[in-house]
Amino acid sequence: MATALTDRVLMKGNEAIAEAAIRAGVQAYFGYPITPQSEISEYMAAHLPEHGGAFLQAESEVAAINMVYGAAGAGARVMTSTSSPGISLMQEGLSYIVGSELPCVIINVMRGGPGLGNIAPSQADYFQATKSAGHGDGRNLVLAPSTIQEAADLTLLAFDLADRYRNPAMVLTDGITGQMMEPVAFREGPSLPREVPAWATTGAGDGPVRLINSIYLEPEALEAHNQRLQEKYRRMQVEVRSEAYLMDDAVVAVAAYGLTARIARTAVDRARAKGIRAGLLRPITVYPFPTQACADAAGQVAGILTVEMSAGQMVEDVRLAVEGRTPVRFYGRLGGVVPTPPEVLAQIERLLSEVKAR
Amino acid sequence: MKQVFTRPASLAETPMHYCPGCTHGVAHRLVAEVLDELGLRGRTIGVASVGCSVFAYNYFNLDFQQAAHGRAPAVATGIKRVLPDRVVFTYQGDGDLAAIGTAEIVHAANRGENITVIFINNAVYGMTGGQMAPTTLPGMRTTTTPYGRDVRVTGYPIHVAEMLATLKGVAYISRVALCGVAHITKAKRAIRKAFQAQLDGKGFSLVEILSTCPVTWGLQPIDAVRWLEANMLPVFPLGEFVTDGQKERA
Ligand SMILES: Cc1ncc(C[n+]2csc(CCOP(=O)(O)OP(=O)(O)O)c2C)c(N)n1
Ligand code: SF4
Repeated sequence: MATALTDRVLMKGNEAIAEAAIRAGVQAYFGYPITPQSEISEYMAAHLPEHGGAFLQAESEVAAINMVYGAAGAGARVMTSTSSPGISLMQEGLSYIVGSELPCVIINVMRGGPGLGNIAPSQADYFQATKSAGHGDGRNLVLAPSTIQEAADLTLLAFDLADRYRNPAMVLTDGITGQMMEPVAFREGPSLPREVPAWATTGAGDGPVRLINSIYLEPEALEAHNQRLQEKYRRMQVEVRSEAYLMDDAVVAVAAYGLTARIARTAVDRARAKGIRAGLLRPITVYPFPTQACADAAGQVAGILTVEMSAGQMVEDVRLAVEGRTPVRFYGRLGGVVPTPPEVLAQIERLLSEVKAR
Repeated sequence: MKQVFTRPASLAETPMHYCPGCTHGVAHRLVAEVLDELGLRGRTIGVASVGCSVFAYNYFNLDFQQAAHGRAPAVATGIKRVLPDRVVFTYQGDGDLAAIGTAEIVHAANRGENITVIFINNAVYGMTGGQMAPTTLPGMRTTTTPYGRDVRVTGYPIHVAEMLATLKGVAYISRVALCGVAHITKAKRAIRKAFQAQLDGKGFSLVEILSTCPVTWGLQPIDAVRWLEANMLPVFPLGEFVTDGQKERA
């Protein structure tokens, strides 16, 4: 893979994701319109055909994810994008995709819920993304960008990881990151090398027939299949990525991902300006989750503040990683409300005074 | 010695699990014979649905994908859009296609998706034990209509062939029945026309096949065929509904 970067261009997050996917050599896109991600579909409709790819607006997210299943099973590099209510509809298809071990990329530009909710940014689909790919014991790889540049880079990485593990890879982002504009440079050069996999159903010719399938009627056979999948998820743990910002001498850490991590970074800077040694621990992959990085921080800081645009989802993974070694507090805004740096700073100060009082 | 009857190359050697007298096996054989005759075995991809035919991939000697309940037309669309020069077909029951999968079948047809659909109408859900299907006849007893289907409560049998025939994307649609040699011969001819329409790039093709489910109907195999003739043929008229779709309707 060539690594030279193009000149920087100013782009919306959604468009940058679409452009990155085209540069990654995506061969087919299937999607259904939903705010705040429709620019991805629109960009694909305008540009994918000129790169020889197939664009199709599906009749629903249910159909879109099953089109992804068919195209992935036929050996194509394929993706879909949607926002929260659409992700709910894709759960069945995702389960079949993990069960059949098909590579594909899913973009979730999260919005406020539950139900129809609103079109404001949110992180309330963390559980749905990281805990299970639909029903059954399957897992998505989940990448969480916090800048437009990272959204482009992680989209490229998502295709690579999906192929490497024959597993769906999800880019988990939010309405603001999808809509805002920032300069971005794309990786130049040929698309990732890719041959049609031997398992793909492309018509058997004179060779043996291939099957894309997730049924194993015998419990022992299904258990063996699941054990193999679990073994794969264990192997996937090496893909964990996180960023530590000002953590070296930190006495208090903020854990946050995506858009919230940007706000937390500003709050950390302001805390430093006031003489508080705060740091930021930012998961870049949320599945696999940076458990070790959290555990290491727990041995160093007096407390961890987790900030999310949810009622507290990632905080459960932080607590599991920390195993009670340091206090973990949570601050969240719900329903599309974005926390502000002063709010987060106030929470950092509160956590510090709490631990000092103990 | 001249061989007059043999297994089509498009069928595998696996023994089928269908109940005695079930016509799923007949339909499989007809599809396989047509694929052989058109020389398509090596470049065909089948999509199995959820129902008694869920294991169709074991019986066809073809590349196959197994789809979620009702989603086979979407899966077939995904395959066809990335492999437009391959032949793609779905094999679906009436619960799969006409209940849970109505959105997918209607839109695949409306897009003129260049795929072929083999649609088995046996008026019940076979696999789950004989519950009412959208195609269940008025008054017919099933495990979820124990007193007979009451159309005031559950509506009327869906006429899939006629309904889809109203869409411009459709190239070929017919309804056939697997009762007696003459009908079975006609069924094979219809299946051949459907695949030919796909080969000619004309658009969506579907053959609705009236079939038996002796076990859930509570009938002996031979009585099931008679029951189909006596009860299903009057409700589901046979014939071709679209033969040269996109050309004449454009
Ligand atoms: C989402 C989902 N809902 C329900 C089922 C259970 N189910 C399996 S087969 C079937 C009905 C199949 O009936 P039909 O399509 O008529 O095929 P047949 O068995 O008669 O050949 C149902 C409801 C399922 N597998 N998935
Ligand atoms: S239950 Fe009915 S459809 Fe299913 S195999 Fe038996 S006879 Fe055939």
